[in-house]
Amino acid sequence: MQFEHLSITELRKKLDAKELSSVELTKYFLSRINELDKKVNSFVTVCENEALNSATKADEFINSPGENPFLCGIPYASKDLFCTKGVRTTASSKILDSYIPPHNATVEKKIKEHYGVLVGKTNLDEFAHGSSTETSAYGPSKNPWDLNRIPGGSSGGSTAALAAGLVPWATATETGGSIRQPASLCGVSGWKPTYGRVSRYGVIAMGSSLDCPGAVAHTVEDLAHLAEIMSGQDEKDSTTGVQPVPQYSKNLSSNISGLRIGVPKQYFVEGMEEDVKNRVMDAVKQLEKMGAKISEVDLPNTRFGSLVYAIICPSEVSSNLMRYDGIRYGHLSQQAKNLLEVYEKSRGEGFGSEAKRRILTGTYVLTAGYYDAYYKKAQKVRRLIMNEFSEVFKNVDALVCPSSPNVAVKIGGAKENPLFGYIADQLNIPSSLAGLPAISMPCGFGMPSDGEAPSMDGLPVGLQVIGPQWGEQTVFNIGYAYQQETDWHRKYPGV
Amino acid sequence: MLNIEEIKKLAKLARIEIAEEDLEKFASQLSSVLEYVEELKNVNTEGLLEVDQVTGLVNIQRADTVVVSDNREEIFSQAPEMKDGYYKVKAIL
Repeated sequence: MQFEHLSITELRKKLDAKELSSVELTKYFLSRINELDKKVNSFVTVCENEALNSATKADEFINSPGENPFLCGIPYASKDLFCTKGVRTTASSKILDSYIPPHNATVEKKIKEHYGVLVGKTNLDEFAHGSSTETSAYGPSKNPWDLNRIPGGSSGGSTAALAAGLVPWATATETGGSIRQPASLCGVSGWKPTYGRVSRYGVIAMGSSLDCPGAVAHTVEDLAHLAEIMSGQDEKDSTTGVQPVPQYSKNLSSNISGLRIGVPKQYFVEGMEEDVKNRVMDAVKQLEKMGAKISEVDLPNTRFGSLVYAIICPSEVSSNLMRYDGIRYGHLSQQAKNLLEVYEKSRGEGFGSEAKRRILTGTYVLTAGYYDAYYKKAQKVRRLIMNEFSEVFKNVDALVCPSSPNVAVKIGGAKENPLFGYIADQLNIPSSLAGLPAISMPCGFGMPSDGEAPSMDGLPVGLQVIGPQWGEQTVFNIGYAYQQETDWHRKYPGV
Repeated sequence: MLNIEEIKKLAKLARIEIAEEDLEKFASQLSSVLEYVEELKNVNTEGLLEVDQVTGLVNIQRADTVVVSDNREEIFSQAPEMKDGYYKVKAIL
């Protein structure tokens, strides 16, 4: 029996029917990880013992009377940015190489309460700084569709592990495209929540006004279930919204007749691959055929998104990364002779190139004399972008567009290119700045513009659906409806 | 364009040691980022308030109740150097 391509919803039925136990299922995925992750490098840490212990507990729960929670006994992986009590958490940085958190992130706590089974921690760009996983201190993850290519990032370990069938789902995080872009490049479904929908507590901070913990899975139906479990106000994160969490999964509807969907013309940018554009337009036609009312919409300030992000993100990064001092936890330099050197040398040795670049950039734009010209100005243009989205959402219920201007590029292009991410994520960043919810899901295959694809079909293309703040249900419904009519989400690479 | 001296100053402010051979690289990379964002200066933002919180929350507070945490050992176990229950640091000078 093969389980690697089954959704959580399908595995749930098998566990409930006692066709197999959680221990058996967990061992199945652990053995796939042992066998295949040498090629994919999607895991930083595999926690076999903890996983088998959790699976045993889940089996006990399943064997007792009563209904089982959705995640009960289901293996999953967590992006190595989520603090997991007792399980090494590195943020893919040398500065946290041996860090074992004394606490669980709120998201991990919620999954644990559902008897989810953590099998390991997935690779990412160091501190989530990047769009390729190439800035990871543990080497890049490989795209399961072509091992010479990037999986995207920063949540590339999570999407690569899922695409390779090493886990049925994984946690992920976004600051400006880090769920949607790798989901697109690896041909899986990913959910980036409304800002504040999911608690950031215990998720190692990158840009606090932008960070959104989310998830990747095989289907949008699974994502709706996961959203229900992960969302909600948390007293440990004062930016979580007070809005009650809807029953997203129960409310799923494949009837999108009459739904107003906008296609922003600025999202078909210069340099976009022809196949990406064509596959996305095919999907738009499909949605129209299903009854959606399609219209072209105008978002002229889109092009400023990445520029605003290039100021705000490093500013918040430079503040957040000040906590790594070599004293309370993390790497301590053995070369330091006094306290100042403890800071400077521990940080100099522990942080990689990209983290240093962002710290220095953030420090520069926040320095007295530059603050108004850069940071304040960027936050004003951010308002302009937010207002523009608000206007558009008066006339449409959701937006659809590509998740990435291109399919996966070859490994090596991103490192030491300070602008790589800002360009790779130009279609995701504006909605991140506005705190909007979105998904990316597979909508076909395209040929890369940089060379030959491994098969005649090409590499995965992602369709993005963006909603207004707290508009998760509409976004999930569009994704669910689309996946009822198409089977792009049921294509898998042979690893 | 940023020069090497400015990178050294930023590194000092950010308490981060930058290797001598990397100074030039960071000077050029930071310059290219600043050049990239240059266009923002021409965007008309008159009358717009800067964004502080995207979902419009203001002054969120929680109940001021005592919560017992008993994870002292787990927290301290992560410190690189401890002595007699204190974090150990180098002399200031």
